Amino acid sequence: MAKGGTRNPMPKLPPEIRIRSFEEVALGFNEEQAIDEAERCLGCKNKPCVYGCPVNIDIPEFIRLIREANPVAAARVIKKTNALPAICGRVCPQKEQCEKVCVLAKKSEAVAIGALERFAADQEAKHSNPAEPPKPENPELCKYCVAVVGSGPAGLTAASDLARTGYSVTIFEALHKTGGVLRYGIPEFRLPRHILDREVDYVRSLGVKILTDVVIGKAVGVKDLLNEGFEAVFIGTGAGTPKFLGIPGENLSGIYSGNEWLTRINLMRAHEIDYATPIKVPKRACVIGAGNTAMDCARTALRLGAKEVTIVYRRSRAEMPARAEEIENAEEEGVRFQLLTNPKRFLGNERGAVEAIECSRMELGEADESGRRRPIPVPNSEFRIECDTVIVALGQNPNPLIRMTTPELDTEPWGGIIVDPRTGMTSIPGVFAGGDVVTGEATVIAAMGAGKIAAAGIDSYIRQKHNLII
Amino acid sequence: MDKQDQKTHVGKWPQNCKLASIEPEHLRNVIVRKEKLAPTVTLVEVRAPLVARSAKPGQFVIVWPHEKSERIPLTISDRNPETGTITLVFQEVGRTTIELGQRQVGEEIASVAGPLGNPTEIELYGSAVVVAGGVGAAIAMPIAKALKEIGNNLVVILGARERALVILEDYMRAISDQLIITTDDGSYGRKGVVTEPLQELVSAQKVDFVFTAGPLPMMKAVAQVTKPHGIKTIASLDAIMIDGTGMCGGCRVTVGNKTLFTCVDGPDFDAHLVDWDELQARKSFYFDEEKAQLKTIAGNKQ
Repeated sequence: MAKGGTRNPMPKLPPEIRIRSFEEVALGFNEEQAIDEAERCLGCKNKPCVYGCPVNIDIPEFIRLIREANPVAAARVIKKTNALPAICGRVCPQKEQCEKVCVLAKKSEAVAIGALERFAADQEAKHSNPAEPPKPENPELCKYCVAVVGSGPAGLTAASDLARTGYSVTIFEALHKTGGVLRYGIPEFRLPRHILDREVDYVRSLGVKILTDVVIGKAVGVKDLLNEGFEAVFIGTGAGTPKFLGIPGENLSGIYSGNEWLTRINLMRAHEIDYATPIKVPKRACVIGAGNTAMDCARTALRLGAKEVTIVYRRSRAEMPARAEEIENAEEEGVRFQLLTNPKRFLGNERGAVEAIECSRMELGEADESGRRRPIPVPNSEFRIECDTVIVALGQNPNPLIRMTTPELDTEPWGGIIVDPRTGMTSIPGVFAGGDVVTGEATVIAAMGAGKIAAAGIDSYIRQKHNLII
Repeated sequence: MDKQDQKTHVGKWPQNCKLASIEPEHLRNVIVRKEKLAPTVTLVEVRAPLVARSAKPGQFVIVWPHEKSERIPLTISDRNPETGTITLVFQEVGRTTIELGQRQVGEEIASVAGPLGNPTEIELYGSAVVVAGGVGAAIAMPIAKALKEIGNNLVVILGARERALVILEDYMRAISDQLIITTDDGSYGRKGVVTEPLQELVSAQKVDFVFTAGPLPMMKAVAQVTKPHGIKTIASLDAIMIDGTGMCGGCRVTVGNKTLFTCVDGPDFDAHLVDWDELQARKSFYFDEEKAQLKTIAGNKQ
């Protein structure tokens, strides 16, 4: 393939096979495809893709190394700025970031940067010795301890950057397993567990200590951390609080938040027979919302064996916030789309379980403040959708635990922690925050970018505090 | 930190150990004491140093006994910050509690996370009544103690199906001004249910505060008795939960027409405002699945 040629499509499991298991849908490039795709890169001097990446990976450089059949070296280049390449290569919205600004995207199709990142990371795992992590830049800093709250993308990134700089880092995780939303939120068919485990092991190999089952804000206050040996604290507790519709009947049984539905399956493995956490296999499931979480919920319901799964969304296809790729995957697998439809109330049976949604039809009016056309109810258009399972996937607000127990922490009225965007520092000196707990629900990579900014902020805070010239 | 130091830390936790020097090793949830309180009711004292140092009456932990278990909420019945241990009491009714009951002293519980939820508001009300049914006595235990310590006149009513299931009788007798026991079959104490002596009490004397813990139908009945008298009544709810930190919303409950989360807004709620029927329906949603899980353990044993 010459420079600029046609983009290699991502090989995928066929829909009829993949809906019967939780196997990863996207199979990744083989070596030939990867080199072919890497050859498309123009190697632009001004590197627009690097600036399109929230963590500024040296994209042309790693692609060059893939082209030279050295994917392990390519992975090392990525890991200089991104500790989680196998994850980002799978779940980043590249089309909105690096691939969006790729020069090729203007004429034909962008280089498949995400697929190449994934290729490099997976090849590195296959061919290299994981027990040779980079040495800390400044080992003398190890007498300074930093606490990281939450082991999701923001926390893992902040922790690995700080550990590489030389600090002693402890991650506190409230759940019994690491990874935060990467584990409880993202299904295995998009991000296999062994990939996540491998990336977390890499962070551990940098010297980061991870303590699970510690609920900061409850067992231990943020101030306690500062009083008991930590120079600084990074809060990366994510957007854990599910939004509901607030309409009648929403607490009927059989109505789940997207978080609950996914956590039962992804974290607790309710779908596996020998695991104790229960789940009911739906006959007809409705998923309310059309973001990535909604697609994940719908596709998970299909894999459990649901006969029919319908996305119910109040706007039209063009406004659906999920990645185009995920909508396409859901559609291929047989998820139905009931668009321009707004739930009004849930109806239950005599046992208090949901049996139908009463909805009204919508039409699109003028654009609202988000720039999307506002849905307006069509008068007298009420109708019912029969279902035995409803999954409300409207997004999440920031987790309230730390806010509730740390009154000195300045927060937005909607719950987000307020930080200095240049350093990530909150209203409490020495306490930093980043990721969804600051912005509300966003992407894995945005959280990682915020983790990097805060890690740099923490580094200069500690250096200033102790007048370090090292 | 060398090996010797680590050992010392385990032993002397938490006085000499700053948070920055904790190792995963220090947080292992080892069972140090186990007692059968009744044929299906078990008490375990387990190491959970970070929980023990901050837990308050009314708070709970999420327990995950092993890799394949469910995460279940259990109220912290007692704590000892010096030994870094907490006491949990549970009824062996489902697969997870039965498997938890099979753990012996010296063995480990995979995960104990907390303290979660809000502490019970303990005030000097004057005359307080604690009404507990079955294993609810263990939930009520720290509350009763705290109510007495602050100076309330305390009546405790313990109800159980039969004599063998009455637990914590001596403890409750020692801390209360009056202890009333009822059993459904009359095998011990008064024959009948807890609401009968409660009804008599609230009719005969001024009662300022009622705390109740136990089966949902009992707590609902307690609320019905106290409501006409306008007595402040707090129920400790036990809903289905996964994370216990406000993330899943599985534990939502309607209180005074508002949706609240038992884990972060509770577990204590105004018993007069709780939608008991909705809560009951949500709690029994997985009845069939839970029964099937029981067969799994029975099958394994053979």
